[in-house]
Amino acid sequence: MSSVSELFSIALMQGFNGLSNFSVLLLMALGLAIIFGQMGVINMAHGEFLTLGAYTTYVLSEVSSRWAPWFSGSYFFVALALSFVIAAALGLLIEYLMIRHLYRRPLDSLLATWGLSLILQQAFRSVFGAREVSAKLPDWLMGSLEPTPTIDIPINGLLVMGLTLALTSLVFLGLFRTRWGIRVRATTQNRAMSGAAGINTRRVDRLSFALGCGLAGIAGAAFTTIGSTGPTSGSLYIVDTFLVVVFGGAESLIGTIASAFSIAQAQATTEFFMTGSTAKVLTLLTVILILMLRPEGLFTLKVRR
Amino acid sequence: MQSNPVFSPYVLPLAGTAQCLPESQCLPESSSLENRVPRPPENTASPSRWASLLVGLSMLFASPLLSCSKEAKSVEGTAVAAMTPAAAKPAAAGPRALAVTDTVVTVGQLHSATGTMAISETGSIQAERLAIDQINATGGILGRKIEIIQEDGASDWPTFAEKANKLLVNDKVAAVFGCWTSASRKAVLPVFERENGLLYYPTFYEGLEQSKNVFYTGQEATQQIIAGLDWVTKEKSAKTFFLIGSDYIWPRTSNKIARKHIEKVLKGTVLGEEYYPLGHTQFGSLINKIKLQKPDVVYAIVVGGSNVSFYKQMKAAGITSDKQTLLTISVTEDELLGIGGENMVGFYAAMKYFQSLENDNNKAFVSAFKAKYGEKSVIGDVTQAAYLGPWLWKAAVEKAGSFEVDKVVAASPEIELKTAPEGYVKIHANHHLWSKLRIGQVEEVGQFKVLYESGLIEPNPFPEGYQ
Repeated sequence: MSSVSELFSIALMQGFNGLSNFSVLLLMALGLAIIFGQMGVINMAHGEFLTLGAYTTYVLSEVSSRWAPWFSGSYFFVALALSFVIAAALGLLIEYLMIRHLYRRPLDSLLATWGLSLILQQAFRSVFGAREVSAKLPDWLMGSLEPTPTIDIPINGLLVMGLTLALTSLVFLGLFRTRWGIRVRATTQNRAMSGAAGINTRRVDRLSFALGCGLAGIAGAAFTTIGSTGPTSGSLYIVDTFLVVVFGGAESLIGTIASAFSIAQAQATTEFFMTGSTAKVLTLLTVILILMLRPEGLFTLKVRR
Repeated sequence: MQSNPVFSPYVLPLAGTAQCLPESQCLPESSSLENRVPRPPENTASPSRWASLLVGLSMLFASPLLSCSKEAKSVEGTAVAAMTPAAAKPAAAGPRALAVTDTVVTVGQLHSATGTMAISETGSIQAERLAIDQINATGGILGRKIEIIQEDGASDWPTFAEKANKLLVNDKVAAVFGCWTSASRKAVLPVFERENGLLYYPTFYEGLEQSKNVFYTGQEATQQIIAGLDWVTKEKSAKTFFLIGSDYIWPRTSNKIARKHIEKVLKGTVLGEEYYPLGHTQFGSLINKIKLQKPDVVYAIVVGGSNVSFYKQMKAAGITSDKQTLLTISVTEDELLGIGGENMVGFYAAMKYFQSLENDNNKAFVSAFKAKYGEKSVIGDVTQAAYLGPWLWKAAVEKAGSFEVDKVVAASPEIELKTAPEGYVKIHANHHLWSKLRIGQVEEVGQFKVLYESGLIEPNPFPEGYQ
């Protein structure tokens, strides 16, 4: 039926698809890798910070199409930045009001943030309505590159990929090449000792949490190009996000990357050969099996406790 | 599978999650797993605990898929009595007392105004209120004004059953307009049958049900599928089809009917039939499979947030209407708000109603709806079906000359509604409606251009040879 060159094109696009899934997983897991991995807070409301980013994009798109048409080609980049700021600001507030009381009680933080996620969802519903909305994205963003007539490379996929690469490098540099990074890692490894050494651990917590939330906001804005914007949109991603972080080894950023890559590739490949539900079941089973053998995840941090 | 009707359109994953919480038994198991690894002292945040927690969490979120098939042992025509504990109570003898005075008749409204399903049910709530206001403005029913008691099912099926019980037993309402998902309808059905209540249910659904106490004002599956497939086969000379659905009862039942019709009647070929979990967000592999198979028609029944992801990613991958014919039965004007008309331009939907229908009934309905709820509001297929409920009830009550449920039910078959926005409907003896099927083509503004209209189609909730 299909010629060899066509099969080659499909294989190529399928390869791109795997990479694109990888970027999506990594982008959404990045914020959580800091909050959950580094700080140990189970933030069930992480998805709602994604939603916040998506709604920010929507509001900006409405504003620009109504009052500033000249802006509608490029508002998206402003939305990315603004999403970070807004989500991070809300993160600061939540940290101050709620999270800081729960640092030593991870299971309570699970329940409290689950409650927070319900509150935020209902808040979105009250403000923006229960129906899904759609940000009007610039045409060039929703198109595809066609190097040959049989190959289509989605531009929004490229965008998410680029964004993931940039943000991951920044987080890496931040964690391993800055004073803030040293403080975060020191606090993660031994809170009491870090405090004794003069690190203001409260401040480190607050900034890290805000940063994690801000990253989720950016991811949410980026995902308006590939997904829905509604009160519960963020919750579609939360399970996969936790999956990636835990599978990778909660405290290791490299682990998060490796786990996002392996889960995305496994999922994309199995999905191509079988139906989506079966593929998902297989992926989850494999992850569970591996976690039974290696309960600490793929990569672990060797520290004495 | 055919005897397993639980979810109808648009059940989003979280709703299921909440429902499944109590029955998830995975947490204790996984904590025993945790005991096998040495636990570091004085550290609450050990990774091993995270690992076991994740196992629990992921099972918890995956459990809607499992539990849905597990919990609904089946039902044809009647409901599982064991579904609600209250069902154990013996049925009251004689006709139920109703809240009807000389000037007022009380009805109930039972939808989700909060929670995941509010996204879909809001339109139905609005349409039913509009119809009741209009009936009151023209003198009410049998000289009585209608008063509404509204209850919130909160996207939670047990809550639906509880509120249905409250409406029927405490408030003694004469009729209830409500429910949206099949799951919520299945949850209230035993209550309605036990208390001999009357429910008007608006959503198009998978069929395989018929109850004395329920009138179904939306389409059952065959009314939405068969004529649409006939149209696309004739107009597009389609021979090959690719069926896609979200993984639960409504898309699966519908695709089963579609496949039978394609293979047996249209003599076409089904190249693929694929299901993705509710809430799935990455459709790249599926899109590549479509590119590889090159079907004449993609037949899509994807719902919820997945719907948006699917169409946005199709567009970005270059599958647009100039290259591919796509027919869906899960996108109405409501969904188009979230997807964005520009991302779906030129694709087709098969529904009984579109907001853009050109007839006087509909023009009056649309302008009344917009006058009440704002110029920007949109009206989808189910919203219109919900609007029919109060009017059909009024016609039946007036024909029966009584509010008594048995008399209203007996008077209902053959009742016609010539003022319906969709044109004309008639109640069938099987409690479903005779209705037409239309094909609409998506326009960039988020509306449909109506291209085709069938004749009146007889409802057939138990289609032989299609199961």
